Amino acid sequence: MYSRSYQRLVSIPPLLWVTAFLLLPYASLFLISFWQVHSQQIVHQWTLHNYGQLVGNPVYLEVLGRSARIAASVTILALLLGVPLAYFVSMRAGRFKNLLYQLVIIPLWVSYLVRAYAWKTILGGNGVLNTLLIHVGILHQPAAFLLYSPFAVILTLTHIYTPFVFLPAYASMAHIPKALIEASGDLGASPFRSFWKVIFPLSLPGIIAGATFAFVLSLGDFIAPLLIGGPNGIMISNIVVSLFGAAYDWPLGSAISLCILILVVVLISTTESVERRLRLGGAR
Amino acid sequence: MSDALLTVARVSKSFAGTKVLQDVSLTIANGEFLTILGESGSGKTTLLRIIAGFERADNGTLTMNGNDIDRLPANRRNVNTVFQHYALFPHLTVFENIAYGLRAKKVPASEIKTRVESALAQMRMSEMAARRPAQLSGGQQQRIALARALVNRPALLLLDEPLSALDATLRVHMQGELKALQRETGITFVFVTHDQEEAITLSDRIAVLRNGHLEQIDTPRELYNRPRTAYVAAFIGKANLLPNGMAVRPENVQVVAPASVPVASGSQSWTGTVKRIVFAGASDLIEVDCSDGIILNARVPSGGSYPPTVQLLVASEHLIPLS
Repeated sequence: MYSRSYQRLVSIPPLLWVTAFLLLPYASLFLISFWQVHSQQIVHQWTLHNYGQLVGNPVYLEVLGRSARIAASVTILALLLGVPLAYFVSMRAGRFKNLLYQLVIIPLWVSYLVRAYAWKTILGGNGVLNTLLIHVGILHQPAAFLLYSPFAVILTLTHIYTPFVFLPAYASMAHIPKALIEASGDLGASPFRSFWKVIFPLSLPGIIAGATFAFVLSLGDFIAPLLIGGPNGIMISNIVVSLFGAAYDWPLGSAISLCILILVVVLISTTESVERRLRLGGAR
Repeated sequence: MSDALLTVARVSKSFAGTKVLQDVSLTIANGEFLTILGESGSGKTTLLRIIAGFERADNGTLTMNGNDIDRLPANRRNVNTVFQHYALFPHLTVFENIAYGLRAKKVPASEIKTRVESALAQMRMSEMAARRPAQLSGGQQQRIALARALVNRPALLLLDEPLSALDATLRVHMQGELKALQRETGITFVFVTHDQEEAITLSDRIAVLRNGHLEQIDTPRELYNRPRTAYVAAFIGKANLLPNGMAVRPENVQVVAPASVPVASGSQSWTGTVKRIVFAGASDLIEVDCSDGIILNARVPSGGSYPPTVQLLVASEHLIPLS
C-alpha cells in the first residue's frame, strides 16, 4: 500500500484539473445565469428573468425543439446505417473485415471542419451534386433546398456521427462468441432471426452507447448549422454562441447552456443505467 | 446398412492449405450411438461441423434419409448440436433457451410450453426455468444444452466433447445420463471425444480418426479384439506391438517360469527379464525385457511374485494381425 501523504500528493493534479476546467466553469455558468444585463453591462443582481425568457420566448423553445428533432433524426439515421454496417463488418465480411473496418475509421482522421466544408461543396448551388444532376438532365436549375436547410444539417451530421454508432456496436458484436450464432442457426433460426434474437440483444449496450454519442454530439453541434444550416437550420448552440458573442447576453446564454447541460446529463445517466441493467442481465 | 440415416461419402476438407479431412466415408445407422474418436487435430470436430452444416466440405457428399444435404444451411437440417462449451444464450432464461428452436420453427405457444416443461422435467431442472445460464453450475448448463437440442426431436443429435468441461465424477455421472437419454429417446447420437474410455463406455460403434483419415469404424468390442492398425491397437486399450506386424493384448500374455511349459504349435514364446511390476488395481502389469530387444507387457493377477527371468507365451488365437 502507498502512504497517505503519497496518495494525497498524486490526487492533487487531477483535482486541480477538475476544479479549474470543470467545477469553476460550471459554477460561474450557474451564477451568471441568475444575473442580468443593463445597458450593455452584466449586473450582479439576482433574477429568474433568464429562465423566464427561456420558457416564455417561443424562439428558444422552438430552436431547442428543432435541435432535438435534428439530433433524433441524425441518431435514427446513424443507427440505421451504423448497426447493419457493424453486423456486416463483424460477422459477414470474411477476409475484408479489417479493410472495411479501416475504411469506416479513416474519415475520423479528417478534421470535422473539413468534412462539414466538403458537404457545403457537394450540396451548394454550384456544387458537385447540383452540377451532376443538371448535367445528367434530372434538374434544369440548381436545387436550393440541398444547402442551407435542416436537411443539409442532418445529412452532414449523419455522415460525421455514423462511425460513433458503428464503433461501439462493432466492439459489442465482435465480442459475441461465434458458437452462440452457430447455436442459433443450429436451432433453426434464419440469419435474420439470429440477428434479431441473439446479435442485436447482446450488442444492445454498445448500440445504446453509440446512439447516445450521436444524439448528444448532434444536439450540441454548431459548426454544421453555421456552415450549411441556413436560417431554418439554426440550432440551440448557435443561439448560445451568439448570446455569448454579438448579443452580449451572458446571463441568458448561461441559462440556456445549463438547461442543455441538465438535459444531456439526464439523458446520459438514463442510458447508462439501461446499459448497466442490460449488461448485468446478460451476465447474471 | 439398410436403415442408414446419414451417409458421409468421400468427404475432404482443407483450411488454408492444411488437409483436415481426407476422403472420409462412413454411414450412421438410425438409432445408434456413434462416437467419433480421435486425438486433437484428427479432424473429428471438423467432421462434426460439416455434418451440422457449419462448414462445407471441399469434396464429397452428405446424404440424409436419401436426400443430398451438402448445400443445406445448418438452420434447415434436421440436426441439432450440443456445443463443447454449451453455447447457451446468456440473455435468455433457461425456459427461453430451450424454447428457442421451437419458436424459430413457429410451433404454437401452448405446445412450446408443454414440450419445454416436459424437457425440463426430464432433466430434473423444472425449478430452474426462470434462471439465466450464468446462474447454473456446469452440470446444469450441460443438461439445459441437451434439453435445448433434444426438445426439437432432431433425427440426429451431434455432441461436441460435451463432457470435457466437467470434473471427473460429474463426467462419469453424465455419461450414464447420456446413454439413458439416448435409449429413451431413440434419437441417433453422434458423439465426438478424445477420451477412449468414454467412447468405449457409451458407443454402439466407434469411428477412429487419425490425421484426417478414418482408421477404423467398428463396435468397441471389435475395435478392441480386432484392431486393424497398430494405431488403433495402441489407442484403444493397451497393446503389445510385435515386430512381425502382430499385436497382442497384455491380458493374453501368459507368464510362466522358463521352460516349465511346452510351447504349443502356432503359439509364440519369449524369454526375458522382469523389468518392473506396476500395480493396476485388480491386476498387475508386468513389463518384461525380452532377449531380442522387445519389451512386452503382461497382465497378471495382483500381488504375485516372479523370478528375475520368465517365459512369455501367447496362443495363436490371441495374435492380432495388423495392416
